[in-house]
Amino acid sequence: MLTIATGNRAVAEAVKAAKPGVIAAYPITPQTEIVEQIADYVTTGDLDSRYIPVESEHSAMAACIGASVGGVRTFTATSSHGLLYMHEMIHWAAGGRLPIVMANVNRALGPGWNTWAEHTDAFSQRDTGWLQVYVGTVQEAYDATLMAFRIAEDERVLLPVMVNLDGFSLSHITQSLETEEIGDFLPPYHLPHAIDTENPRGYGPMTGPDNYYRFRWDIERSMRDARDVIAEVESEFADRFGRSYGPTEEYRCEDADVVVIALGTFGKEAEVAVDRLRDEGIRAGSMRLRWFRPFPDLDLSGREVVVIDRDYSFGFGGVVAHSIRAKTGIEPYSVIAGLGGQEVTYNDIADFVRGRRPGEETWFGVNDHV
Amino acid sequence: MSAIPKEEYIYKCTSACAGCSSSLCLRYVLKAAGPDSVLVVPACCTSVIQGIYPATAMNVPVYNVAFAAAAACASGMSEAFAATGKETNVIVYAGDGGTVDIGIQSLSGAFERGTNFLYICYDNEAYGNTGMQRSGSTPIGARTTTTPGGKPTPKKDLDRIVEAHNPPYMATACSAYPLDLYKKVRKALSIKGPKFIHILAPCPPGWRYPTEKTVEMGKLAVKTGVWVLYEREFGKLTINGPSKAAMRKPEPLEDYISGQGRFKNLSPETLNLMRQQVEQNIQRLAREEEGIC
Repeated sequence: MLTIATGNRAVAEAVKAAKPGVIAAYPITPQTEIVEQIADYVTTGDLDSRYIPVESEHSAMAACIGASVGGVRTFTATSSHGLLYMHEMIHWAAGGRLPIVMANVNRALGPGWNTWAEHTDAFSQRDTGWLQVYVGTVQEAYDATLMAFRIAEDERVLLPVMVNLDGFSLSHITQSLETEEIGDFLPPYHLPHAIDTENPRGYGPMTGPDNYYRFRWDIERSMRDARDVIAEVESEFADRFGRSYGPTEEYRCEDADVVVIALGTFGKEAEVAVDRLRDEGIRAGSMRLRWFRPFPDLDLSGREVVVIDRDYSFGFGGVVAHSIRAKTGIEPYSVIAGLGGQEVTYNDIADFVRGRRPGEETWFGVNDHV
Repeated sequence: MSAIPKEEYIYKCTSACAGCSSSLCLRYVLKAAGPDSVLVVPACCTSVIQGIYPATAMNVPVYNVAFAAAAACASGMSEAFAATGKETNVIVYAGDGGTVDIGIQSLSGAFERGTNFLYICYDNEAYGNTGMQRSGSTPIGARTTTTPGGKPTPKKDLDRIVEAHNPPYMATACSAYPLDLYKKVRKALSIKGPKFIHILAPCPPGWRYPTEKTVEMGKLAVKTGVWVLYEREFGKLTINGPSKAAMRKPEPLEDYISGQGRFKNLSPETLNLMRQQVEQNIQRLAREEEGIC
């Protein structure tokens, strides 16, 4: 059904279609609209789900863990400080091999209090064993959330998935949204190691140096297998619903001399910048990175690269720029821009490309030449 | 009350210390709960006692979870079972540190939400798993590795905190009275909603008494009135037999204190404070039972 919705509403619509057995909910700006909307669905009976209004995000993830291993599909949503407060349980969910789906509305961290978009919150969880996808439109927020359940619950994966959308610049903006009758796109929830009192097992007991690393390797093995599963699920989604996705979204990249790499809404903004630059005769393209874990294989050979990081690893550099450097050997022009909601227009992005200096780093608004 | 079942759900190959009363309690808890039960265990002595992967001493599913998260994890599990029509008992088995300190937020949240589960705190009055550091449940005067001169403040009154949530059932128990514990677990599991049992679990290495005195130490705690056995069903308090006798004529507090190395060189002032606390607690409970307060 074609409608209009915010990014938050789109996530809630996808959750309604996925029919989780248990939803744990704790409010935080700018995510709150998701758990409010789901509460409405549960109250009106549009969604037959058990809704646990927990007392903290740590408990939100703990409740999802208990419910997921208890044998039902689970969902929660958070942002920023909430994500960090559940950090311990985020590791636990992945280590417990539980296919929990969580929407994280990307937001900066205090102090000072700042509710605007930034990716540092999610990047601080990049080593936890969660799959991470970053979306750029309202429709993609819906589609990625639906696919997240399917990917997480695949027996080759059995890892949790975090769907990331930019605070306010996607969570609160309105675009068109096509919702679907999903049919059997999501099979019934089946967890091979769900609690079964007829077959009692110990979950996460003391595990010594002779065995612990085997469980860690198993997470990595599944993370590698997840690449194929993601591709299969995205392909089936395209066949069924007509919208196709991949590890990246490329725009005018085929003949590009210089490629702008960004995540989330900046990736969409970069497409407009690319059109402007092409009008000037600069052969630019945009590559919006969608999946960050598992990190995709990228072919950037022969191109110059401008990376926009809406994050920073203090004392080191932009997280995405470093990832590109490490994975491709290319020295990008690294631009740190958009922290805490800093305004960045497509004209600014075009300026980054015009003034690019491969191998260097610039903080937008701090360094004079930008 | 039917006889205690012969089935065992915790085998003899645990990693518990000699004279461990908490594993004795767990044995009776599981006999009362039966096979259609799940234990949710935060970091505590039971994390170790259950055995090391790939072995386990447990014959019910045990979900180990992070220190602060037990009650919340149990909330999710309880809702999942409700969603799938299962009647499985969800039982948190947590130490005092994981209950009165780091886990109290999730405990409070789960009770406020009316979660259908049983939360059992086995209380050895310190962080035993890490080698006896003080917890909020450590009594005044007790020496621990982080209170080498004796704890300067009294034990946190966990039961009054839980009582403030008005659960349908809460009780105290003691490892030296296993039949009483068994009955309380049975009763708790027959009631829907959040249930709470607080077990005093003497600890030979932590309290510094000989291992063979574990049962005697529990009996002394009750007979001196330091620990009062009671139940509160839908708000109505019943003080149980052994404590009724102790409240009429308590044995000297010194009998309990003198046998424990953790209370060595206790000052007369601290002993007096302890005595006052014991008397105040007994009087408060007696008044409540008589309907005076």
